[in-house]
Amino acid sequence: MTMLHYLEQEARKAGTPVTRAVIENVSRRQILGALAASGFVLSVRIPDAAAREPLKPYPTGGEGMPHGYGKASDPHVYVAIDGDGAVTIFAHRAEMGTGVRTSLPMVIADEMEADWSRVKIVQAPGDEPLYGNQDTDGSRSMRHFILPMRECGAAMRQMLEQAAAAKWGVDAALCRAKAHHVVKLDGSKKETGEKIGYGELAEAAMALPVPARETLLFKTPDEFTLMRKGEAKIVDLRDITTGKAIYGADVRLPGMKFAVMARPPVLGGKIKSYDAAETKNVPGVESVHEIAGVYDVPRKFGQLGGIAVVASSTYAAILGRDALAIEWDHGANASYNSDAFFKQMSETAAKPGKVIRNQGDFDAAFEKAKSTLTAEYHMQHLVQAPMEPLVCVARIQDGKAELWAPVQSPYGAREDVAKALGMKIEDVTVHVTLLGGGFGRKSKWDFMIEAALISQKLGGTPVLLQWTREDDTRNAFYHTVSVERIDMAFDDKGKVSGFRHRTVAPSIVSTFAPDSGYQFPIEYGMGFVNTPFEVPNVRCENGQAMAHTRIGWYRSVSNIPRLFAVQSAVCEAAHQLGRDPKDFLLELIGSDRTLDPKALGFPDDFWNYGDPYETFPIETARLKHVVNVAAEKAGWGKKLPKGQGLGIAAHRAWGTYVATVVHTEIRDDGTITVPHAVTALDCGFYVNPERIRSQIEGAAVMGMSHALYSGITFKDGAVEQSNFSDFTIAPMSNFPRQVDVVIVEPKPGQHACGIGEPGLPPFAPALANAVFAATGKRLRNLPMGEKVA
Amino acid sequence: MATITVNGESRTIESDPGTPLLWYLRDEAGLTGTKYGCGQGVCGACTIHLDGVAVRSCMTTIGMADGKSITTIEGLNPDGEHPVQKAWRELSVPQCGFCQAGQIMQAASLIAKNNAPSDQEIVDEMSGNLCRCGCYQRIHAAVRLAAGGA
Repeated sequence: MTMLHYLEQEARKAGTPVTRAVIENVSRRQILGALAASGFVLSVRIPDAAAREPLKPYPTGGEGMPHGYGKASDPHVYVAIDGDGAVTIFAHRAEMGTGVRTSLPMVIADEMEADWSRVKIVQAPGDEPLYGNQDTDGSRSMRHFILPMRECGAAMRQMLEQAAAAKWGVDAALCRAKAHHVVKLDGSKKETGEKIGYGELAEAAMALPVPARETLLFKTPDEFTLMRKGEAKIVDLRDITTGKAIYGADVRLPGMKFAVMARPPVLGGKIKSYDAAETKNVPGVESVHEIAGVYDVPRKFGQLGGIAVVASSTYAAILGRDALAIEWDHGANASYNSDAFFKQMSETAAKPGKVIRNQGDFDAAFEKAKSTLTAEYHMQHLVQAPMEPLVCVARIQDGKAELWAPVQSPYGAREDVAKALGMKIEDVTVHVTLLGGGFGRKSKWDFMIEAALISQKLGGTPVLLQWTREDDTRNAFYHTVSVERIDMAFDDKGKVSGFRHRTVAPSIVSTFAPDSGYQFPIEYGMGFVNTPFEVPNVRCENGQAMAHTRIGWYRSVSNIPRLFAVQSAVCEAAHQLGRDPKDFLLELIGSDRTLDPKALGFPDDFWNYGDPYETFPIETARLKHVVNVAAEKAGWGKKLPKGQGLGIAAHRAWGTYVATVVHTEIRDDGTITVPHAVTALDCGFYVNPERIRSQIEGAAVMGMSHALYSGITFKDGAVEQSNFSDFTIAPMSNFPRQVDVVIVEPKPGQHACGIGEPGLPPFAPALANAVFAATGKRLRNLPMGEKVA
Repeated sequence: MATITVNGESRTIESDPGTPLLWYLRDEAGLTGTKYGCGQGVCGACTIHLDGVAVRSCMTTIGMADGKSITTIEGLNPDGEHPVQKAWRELSVPQCGFCQAGQIMQAASLIAKNNAPSDQEIVDEMSGNLCRCGCYQRIHAAVRLAAGGA
């Protein structure tokens, strides 16, 4: 496995006190002499450039994403320095609450020794050939971009040092970037006191060629000023707290109109007839337009079609839509009813499915078993429901289209908007505003195509298309509905001799290709084929389930139902065998090892979160470690009063290892509450611990939502829920009151992994297991309901 | 025609008095800090103050505010230094930030009437303000911090 040089540096330093490491690294007699003479404080000394090691890139899936890294490592693309020293850094990933707009630029700023207080962040428009992949999902911003961002920062720093060297007429080795200046060193590498600010060097530095990749030197972790500290606030904090932050609906253009749309309640529905006479009488309504939908399968992110009402204000447009009389032809999906569909999925799960992973002989193990366990777990659809409903501003002027939107994938949107408008991609610009939450919904740009088409109907007039909350709830790309069935065989020693997992769920792939009813490698890779248990006989089967609505992704995707099933079943098995659930889980994970996908019968096209397995392997010791850390921190095994209990769940996803312990307390009326939860995670090299904590705290609340409250159901093809009144999410009256987050310090060779998603899935099974510990009642369906009977 | 004091400035409003303040503020007055989240008074993102008390601007019409005074997030404090705003920054409360104007306005309303709220009083007051990112732990802590410093 290739290791990045900074990880190798850490490897050498592991177990060595920092100060000694510094001296070893520097290892120059004269410096030691100088230190002794001056009483120079070790912790503030500037290490010799020779202590830094050159870049050794490691493979990630980032290169394989559309447009890969683009020119992400080129400072000319990402960094600008004004004559007065103000530094501008472009943020190319979408900010939806993870803090990426702060954390990635922070990597550049740290590596280039910029003073963070003099850095301004500018959001990049959708331009992947330039900035590299901008599709902000899959928990991969840091995982895939830390390397090019560090390269970019290091290149900038070295260019500034070279510019100073030229100015002073000295060797670049005697020029050291430090806190927004380049300082001059003497022959013994001691600061001379002479320094030049970045502003003064900017022009000359930017005119230099970018240093070759292999000549780049990275800072050592002990030199970090921003990374690993968690001290810098998110860049938008002040604007958010003063109402100045600009989200999608806050964009204002001269002459801008406001629009809403009426869309088919059933997927594939078409307008049979409509009457807009009353709509046109609503004060403020200016025009009504029929917008054609994309009806051919696969629809991808094509617009649903419907009627657009354009008005002088959002409210007038909403009233105008209310006044529309539309008769729909609902089409074939009107037969979709959730109750019947669950029954059908359950029947499918009882029968053999398509074998996706096969290791050993499950049937023989089951036959020979001393005892067995069979359990089925259901999960309703979920809708992402970001607090900011979908919205987009579009205008077409002088042959150019311009859009502003809270979008996770601005370049994909730009390509499809260009196609829908019949324009060249160069003539379409997509600006990315702040996202008021995304959770996967804003990766799909149907709403942007709609806005563009409405503007086109208006002859290019600027228009703000607002989705109402009801639209957001009823016309989403839903998290799939699922039945997960687990069968386990136990031998006469009480060991698990066989493990079978059947998944039955409509696939995301139905949005992109003709629906086969079967899932695809990305879904199989999320907690299905890669369950890391040391069991001799494992079989994973997929039963057919056709999609009758748009299936999309939702933070953590298939991991949510899979982990709920697997970790609930582990706890059920522990109970059946009279074992402690945490000890039993550790025993199932088994010995310390790196999983060998081939030997374990993983499919040949096993999806490892888009990353090469060699760089990001599954290591059981790391998984067990987070289990132990979380259990210890939560006081696992402690005696609790009646009606209280602890539950645990753990997994490895997006390269990150996560374990969560939930402490539940059941109120007298049966209400399930969570006074305390602990999550331990090992995400390898980490950058912004403060935002990691906030992501995990939030994951506990979102986990509480889908564990107890949130579900989407269909009747006659249409979503039954409409707003937060019936699609409920955890409120402050019942949220996990204290969430402790333990970040495991990375070991050498561990690359940065995902944070946005992996913290979410363990919460629901940990809570279900806690409820069982507290009450003896096993809840197998999500949402479980707020009260346990 | 209605007369409403908006962030300290008297305004004569000709729009239909049945229009919710949310849409007046956002689409007519250009005060976009107040957010649309549900339109039914069930999420709290649009919370403003009507004569100093938190209300949902999506459920409060221009007519209902006639002759009264409203405050939005933009007018909570001229320098953005209200104790609640400061506490929000101190504890780095927001994630996406979209619901936070409403949360802050709700918290400011609570603190104005009760400068030492109990844990339960904070929960009761803030429970109508949803946060999908799940910042509740920090919101709760920040209300407490702001109350201590109010």
